Amino acid sequence: MNTAAMASETTAQDQTEALLEVNNIEVIYNHVILVLKGVSLSVPKGGITALLGGNGAGKTTTLKAISNLLHSERGVVTKGSILYRGTAIDSLSPEELVKRGVIQVMEGRHCFEHLTIEDNLLTGAYTRKDGKAAVKRDLDMVYTYFPRLRDRRKSLAGYTSGGEQQMCAIGRALLANPETILLDEPSMGLAPQLVEEIFENVKRLNEDEGVSFLLAEQNTNIALRYAHYGYILESGRVVMDGAASELRDNADVKEFYLGVSEGSKRSFRDVKHYKRRKRWLS
Amino acid sequence: MSPDVLYTIEVILNGLMAGVMYSLVALGFVLIFKASGIFNYAQGVMALFAAMTLVGIQNGQVPFSHLINAIFGTHIHHFGWQLPAIVAILLTVVVMIIFAILVERLVLKHLVNQEPIILFMATIGLAYFMEGFGDLMWGSEIKTLDVGLPQGASLALEEYTLKWAAEGSEYYGMYLDKLDMVAALVALALVITLSLFSQYTKTGRALRAVADDHQAALSVGISLRKIWVITWCIAGVVAMVAGVMWGSKSGVQFSLSLIALKALPVLILGGFTSIPGAIIGGLIIGVGEKLFEYSIGPLIGGATENWFAYVLALFFLVFRPQGLFGDKIIERV
Repeated sequence: MNTAAMASETTAQDQTEALLEVNNIEVIYNHVILVLKGVSLSVPKGGITALLGGNGAGKTTTLKAISNLLHSERGVVTKGSILYRGTAIDSLSPEELVKRGVIQVMEGRHCFEHLTIEDNLLTGAYTRKDGKAAVKRDLDMVYTYFPRLRDRRKSLAGYTSGGEQQMCAIGRALLANPETILLDEPSMGLAPQLVEEIFENVKRLNEDEGVSFLLAEQNTNIALRYAHYGYILESGRVVMDGAASELRDNADVKEFYLGVSEGSKRSFRDVKHYKRRKRWLS
Repeated sequence: MSPDVLYTIEVILNGLMAGVMYSLVALGFVLIFKASGIFNYAQGVMALFAAMTLVGIQNGQVPFSHLINAIFGTHIHHFGWQLPAIVAILLTVVVMIIFAILVERLVLKHLVNQEPIILFMATIGLAYFMEGFGDLMWGSEIKTLDVGLPQGASLALEEYTLKWAAEGSEYYGMYLDKLDMVAALVALALVITLSLFSQYTKTGRALRAVADDHQAALSVGISLRKIWVITWCIAGVVAMVAGVMWGSKSGVQFSLSLIALKALPVLILGGFTSIPGAIIGGLIIGVGEKLFEYSIGPLIGGATENWFAYVLALFFLVFRPQGLFGDKIIERV
């Protein structure tokens, strides 16, 4: 690992305006289950930040801790702090967060099955107060990004394909006119071609509309191709972070997350144990 | 037309109107069940409470007068006014809205994320509390409710239909209750308003969204608590309408709260999650029990109306548990 390059990346990262900062949070479900054991990350304005890791690493929990959907699942942030634009958001309701521009697209899409696609999209605008014309404009914008939704706008979301539902969920979030989207596992259960299409749209939204993304993804390969910066989580801890390009070239990431090994097969005994320098910011 | 045919038509019409009354009660259940997954045991008592409040306000009764008199040794019972029905109804709506807000503040808020059975238990408690509270507030005597709805048979219809029967046959015209007809119209208006509201307004869309997926609704910034208050308000108003109709028919008294039991088969038939289901379920049960009583009743000793609905519900539970119009379980192929 090229530590020097990584360090310089980190400072570069810190220099851009950090929109969202998660400082060493710990999350406990149901009073007993410790899921996050000190996760710190920062999402710069206008970036795509990827949160990578296997099943149960704590990606979804991290996103839910930020969007405060944890509360409805009996999860509590017991330590650390979450800042958005410098103010603590730990105790805000999801509603208040959406108003401030942070919205989550949940894992597994969660469209309103018995509502039409268009009604689904419009529920995203629930908290908006800037008038019907603005909502209409954003609806058209969503339809230009996802033309397929326009074709299916009258059908019940429950009857549309998985890809269409994913687009619908992203479009619904866009209608809230967000600054940051927390996107959870957009590739889940989708054909590679569709995954590509969705990520392509994420990139366009990021570049053209200036939406910042925090992206939780198991598909490390595609996530690192589109993201600018990545964090790797393992059982509730950040074990590695760095610019996406660095991570892509990192031997261990290649070995364990991308499934490409260099040269001879290595034994697990040789595996480096990552002990990330903890950032005791809290 | 032969009198028999005419009589059958009359039975069906009467059944439809009785069904509307059942639907009115069932509607309140469906609204709350859809929005929060709670089977609101207190729905019947809410109807009773609303009817009592309406009578009390209309007749200028002093709330808690028994309590006040017992404590202070006074003898106040009435403010001494008689309010017009419409004013009393509006004030009752206000009371039901305050009630909805209090339920959310004092009960539901503390039970978020609990199992449905716990919420159900809470509504049982709520039902008993309201029953006692209503008696304490307005007294437990049987009251007559008169908001100016027409009562009795429609003579015009009787005379008009008299001519339909063949000359010389034994037929005295159709008997339809005017109150039932008004109730049918009111229910129709209520359902149309509700469906327009849920279909075309932002709040209505949010209500449907919450009914579909709580988590997702939260994630787009819909406040569940606000939606719950709104549904309990609407359910309160629906309970009031049911209370007024049933109260005008049979007086305002404790047994009014038992109409909730009549709504149960309707819900099983129509599905707990469907507003049209509640209406059509009510109609089917109304017509079914009247026709059954008329055709089969005499053969087996009558009084079939008491159990017909429940037996029908039983069959539905066995063969089609989601009801006629319950949420389709959406499965993509």
